[in-house]
Amino acid sequence: MELKEKLISSFLAFENLIDVDSSIHDVRSEAIKLFEAQGFPSKRDEAWKYTSLNTVLKYNYSIFPKHENAIEYNDVKKYFIHDIDTYKIVFIDGKYSSHLSQTTHDGIDVCLMSSALTKPKYQLIIENYFNKIATKDGLTSLNTAFCWEGAYIHIAKNKLVAKPIQIVHFSTGNESAMMLQPRNLIVVDENSHVQIIERHQSLNDNPVLTNSVTEIFANKRAIVDYYKIQNDNENASLIDNTFINQKQESIASVHTFSFGGKLTRNNLNFYQNGEHIDSTLKGVTIIGNKQHVDHNTLVHHIEPNCESHQDYKGIFGDNSTGVFNGRVIVNREAQKTNAFQANNNILVSDKASINTKPQLEIFADDVKCSHGCTIGQLDDSAMFYMRSRGIPEKEAKALLMYAFSNNVLSSVKIPEIKQRITKIIATKLGVNIGFDL
Amino acid sequence: MLKINNLHASVEDKFILRGINLEVNAGEVHAIMGPNGSGKSTLAAVIAGKEEYEVSEGEILLNGQNIDELAAEERAHKGIFLSFQYPVEIPGVSVTNFMKTAINANRKAKGLDDMPANEMLKLIREKSEMLEIDRKFLSRSLNEGFSGGEKKRNEIFQMAMLEPKLAILDETDSGLDIDAMRIVANGVNKLKNKDNAVIVITHYQRLLDYIVPDFVHVLYDGRIVKSGGKELAHELEEKGYDWIKEEVNA
Repeated sequence: MELKEKLISSFLAFENLIDVDSSIHDVRSEAIKLFEAQGFPSKRDEAWKYTSLNTVLKYNYSIFPKHENAIEYNDVKKYFIHDIDTYKIVFIDGKYSSHLSQTTHDGIDVCLMSSALTKPKYQLIIENYFNKIATKDGLTSLNTAFCWEGAYIHIAKNKLVAKPIQIVHFSTGNESAMMLQPRNLIVVDENSHVQIIERHQSLNDNPVLTNSVTEIFANKRAIVDYYKIQNDNENASLIDNTFINQKQESIASVHTFSFGGKLTRNNLNFYQNGEHIDSTLKGVTIIGNKQHVDHNTLVHHIEPNCESHQDYKGIFGDNSTGVFNGRVIVNREAQKTNAFQANNNILVSDKASINTKPQLEIFADDVKCSHGCTIGQLDDSAMFYMRSRGIPEKEAKALLMYAFSNNVLSSVKIPEIKQRITKIIATKLGVNIGFDL
Repeated sequence: MLKINNLHASVEDKFILRGINLEVNAGEVHAIMGPNGSGKSTLAAVIAGKEEYEVSEGEILLNGQNIDELAAEERAHKGIFLSFQYPVEIPGVSVTNFMKTAINANRKAKGLDDMPANEMLKLIREKSEMLEIDRKFLSRSLNEGFSGGEKKRNEIFQMAMLEPKLAILDETDSGLDIDAMRIVANGVNKLKNKDNAVIVITHYQRLLDYIVPDFVHVLYDGRIVKSGGKELAHELEEKGYDWIKEEVNA
């Protein structure tokens, strides 16, 4: 049976298994119809022209895990940012792992979507925010239909959340192939500040397909820093659908570090609903083998006096392929918009390729919008300069690549993440470049 | 130390060096002068091992060993240093981190462990003070946004850190005001000793007032057409290069 049919026929069983009387039953039912009508995207869809899901949809995925799986913290410690104190919301094969997690209800809610969907005290937030900005395309609808578990974070107003929050999804590989559909809702009220780190990690080589949806609401003057670490093994694929709604004077940033996985598609959508909003979208992609990473971004400038900054760097080796499609819409009312977009790529192999496409739709006349994309090799004169100082070719290359991605790293606000990312970069490039990255 | 015999080199099938002969011994300072396009920078780059240049004939011997097959970094490990006419900007790598990487790469090539951090800091402090380089400058990205003078001073700082056996200064005086030139020249003179050698490539004589050469060579059309003592530089300053061209073409 095709995956689409399998999903549709599993839907009733899924709802019966969790809570058929749920308040979002109608939302789910509508969503499964939307998925049934649209199915998975194909290369015929303009937005999926350069990314084919065929190779990841062919497996016979389990839709629900058959077993409760447990893992020991020490076995997976390395996948956490563990040198600082953090809140943790951890899932194993899609199910909440209380013993790996550290949640809180102390002034802020850092807990589970499954409880937010069932407990009356969260009802108002769910009614006001849940599924309000997620789009109605096939993949997002599929996630909505099977929505049950994920992170639920609500920061009440005037809170500075001192500890970053880690959302970590492990797949044990105990199923021969597993599909996961986490659903996160993050609501940050007026004047509050939160930092979130998200990671998906499979623990063996069995195929995993994750179709994740995250809705983030940054209300008036809120600050949200979101870091996505994508360094999964080469049989794990991730479709990340993230939607961010910003209110006036809010500041939101998403940094996406894509170093692994078989196929990674990031659909990152920012909606600026207010004035004096700042949005930052940055990413570093370093891949090789036959890996594929696709960044599909949207920044929708709806109101005047807002800014957006996009900066994506990619380094592609072997037979890897990359896609960057950056769409910026500036509404007629959104005067004095500053929208910047840059996508720079280095191909370190003749067989690697990147498709990059800026897409600017500007309807206002008093705006500053810029975009630039480059695809190049490593600069020969810089290579000679470094080698003439005694730095061997391999180290010189690594140093240049590190330097190339460095200005994305420079805006990372959690030092431990910066250290971690730079360590991953050094490991990926296979060098010790003489100083602590 | 350095012996160049009948060196011919080309880039993209265009011959730039057409039979260079040059011998530089330890303790000596050689100046190579010549009009624009005579092949001065090419000679510097070929000695340092730039791969775009094809050596078709002749040889470069360093302490008796032919270095033709050696990569740029291997030549650096053997003590060759090139101060670039146009130092390359490397955004994202600080001067300090670049120096640490270079120093430790050279140590590794000699079978030594990384230089301890405190020793490195001490060395950086000492050498940057010698060249009157501001501490803040060291944490900036290498050459990025540096003025012409800052770039050249940074080249000599790197030379001071790496202590090469043979330093080639390619138009180090261009872009320097008189104060910066004095600082740079002082630095070079302090580094100079009986065991190392310096080749100064320059278009003008003025740097040679500060770094006094033992020998002056005139490069024209890919060949050394005249050699002499330091007085040759003065003669060239006064009379220009036309008389040399005429002599050669006659």
